[in-house]
Amino acid sequence: MNRISSAFENGKAFIPFITCGDPDLETTAKVVREAVKNGADLIELGIPFSDPTAEGPVIQAANIRALSGGVTTDKVFDLVRELRTDVRIPLVFMTYANVVFSYGAERFISTCKETGIDGLILPDLPYEEREEFEPVCKKYGIALIPLIAPTSENRIAMIAKAAEGFIYVVSSLGVTGERSEITTDIGAIVKIIRENTDLPCAVGFGISTPEQAKKMSALSDGAIVGSAIIKIIEKFGKDAAPHVGEYVRSMKSAI
Amino acid sequence: MSNPRGRFGIHGGQYIPETLMNAVIELEAAYDKYKDDPEFNRELNALLNDYAGRPSRLYFAEKMTRDLGGAKIYLKREDLNHTGAHKINNVLGQALLAKKMGKTRLIAETGAGQHGVATATAAALMGMECVVFMGEEDTKRQALNVYRMRLLGADVIPVKTGTATLKDAVSEAMREWTRRISDTHYCLGSVMGPHPFPTIVRDFQAVISKEIKQQLLEKEGKLPDAVIACVGGGSNAIGSFYNFINDESVALIGCEAAGRGIDTFETAATVNTGRLGIFHGMKSYFCQDDFGQIAPVYSISAGLDYPGVGPEHAYLHDIGRAQYVPVTDDEAVEAFEYLAKTEGIIPAIESAHAVAYAQKIAPTMAKDKIIVVTLSGRGDKDCAAIARYRGEDINE
Repeated sequence: MNRISSAFENGKAFIPFITCGDPDLETTAKVVREAVKNGADLIELGIPFSDPTAEGPVIQAANIRALSGGVTTDKVFDLVRELRTDVRIPLVFMTYANVVFSYGAERFISTCKETGIDGLILPDLPYEEREEFEPVCKKYGIALIPLIAPTSENRIAMIAKAAEGFIYVVSSLGVTGERSEITTDIGAIVKIIRENTDLPCAVGFGISTPEQAKKMSALSDGAIVGSAIIKIIEKFGKDAAPHVGEYVRSMKSAI
Repeated sequence: MSNPRGRFGIHGGQYIPETLMNAVIELEAAYDKYKDDPEFNRELNALLNDYAGRPSRLYFAEKMTRDLGGAKIYLKREDLNHTGAHKINNVLGQALLAKKMGKTRLIAETGAGQHGVATATAAALMGMECVVFMGEEDTKRQALNVYRMRLLGADVIPVKTGTATLKDAVSEAMREWTRRISDTHYCLGSVMGPHPFPTIVRDFQAVISKEIKQQLLEKEGKLPDAVIACVGGGSNAIGSFYNFINDESVALIGCEAAGRGIDTFETAATVNTGRLGIFHGMKSYFCQDDFGQIAPVYSISAGLDYPGVGPEHAYLHDIGRAQYVPVTDDEAVEAFEYLAKTEGIIPAIESAHAVAYAQKIAPTMAKDKIIVVTLSGRGDKDCAAIARYRGEDINE
């Protein structure tokens, strides 16, 4: 059994996203530990990609900062190994298909298993292409976590039935980044998901305030926040960890 | 050539965000509905003939042939199409399809600006809104085309992310499509991206090889021995190759932009220097580093300055049906000047890559052999940049 389910056993889950190596891997390690200390239930670790087509400007810039600092897939695996000396909560990777493909699916996913990664989120790997990595993910017990979007409609049931780990519900059209308002009928999407799977679902894209997190997690099992955290890291650089910790505490207590 | 899931051998597929999946499924259904529809084809043919000026001429380059002293050279004059390039063939097809689907807005990426100009043109003609994404670097290299697009009523958005060239324009157009889908069609300009785009764009460009075949049979009573075209994403090349794929005697040669050379990092020769990867919705060959980060490619030609290649080209390479050869900036610029002086035709710098390779192989072939070179576009847009390349600063 994958440890991802444990993230949803402590009330609503709060899931921060952090781009590895922004501004450097030492800072990422500190930020992860502060987030864990302040109530993060699961952490999405972003492996930077040169051309992240699902990201808005904030996370795009974080990817570029990380890559300019010399981060590679190998160095991210080293970070996970080091984190796993004391970090016990589930950790999943969020990256792009080419990062996995280029490393070699077998090599990448077996290294996930070896280092203690629990799942994989690939925004450019829709249901139709999951065969690319799913058999290897199954072999090593790594959850291939699917995304469901406001436009998924007739596809929700099919995706939910085949899902593993949890389901990432994309709150809005467009790319990642803060939004003043989320207008999608999340409740309606979650209802169809619930009819088709017992897996938990968390809502991401556009969530930045405690009020939004509360609202979105009330409709689901948790809230995912990326750009708002990356902005804190962008602002405070190497000194970001306590600020991220404070933010995580406020978000977790709100939901 | 593609199977139902949009695969060309191992290449192709649909590696895109879930948000876009229903949009490409809807597009595929609409295309399947209209592609053999007589009324749709009647409308499209009327546009291609009366508006775009098809069929384009197949011109016997007699002076060039004599000068090179080998195979006979014919030029397929896509540069004479309305808007000055082959791009209009695809755009008229997609715009008409989008209109049938009830879309009111076209978005597009552009490198050299030719696809952007063609999309802006079709949008003006059909009364649709148009937004074109263009790398900021390319808006500088191709300032004239930016002006043309704006004149045609399009919004041109300079893309500042990444290398600020074609790949970044594609990424930004894809992002824009995820923001606004219901009224918007992404009019992709090459045989790339997720299925069904590589198939749709190829079908709309296949008119090039269909005409070459007919025209050459009329003029020479036989098939060509070689067809040469430049390859960025590869739309004019696949259009030039498609109706010859089953004619094994016809050599199909794609000319990639080698930039400063395939032994340097300043190159965009994907088949020659890239490796298998997944990007921009497709599995194909890409210029990338050891960890799959997409490489910042380079070519003097904004239209070939792309780190990937269409999946059907990757497949034709795998099975050995087509060969992909590198042509450097220097060779392309020399061919640009050569064709101007020899035939009085100024080709697009993209097309000049194909001309350069024809110059190389024609003298090695017998005089009864025939080469067809596709001139994908005209070179007016490139004159200022080539002048700068030669150290001459002129105002556009």
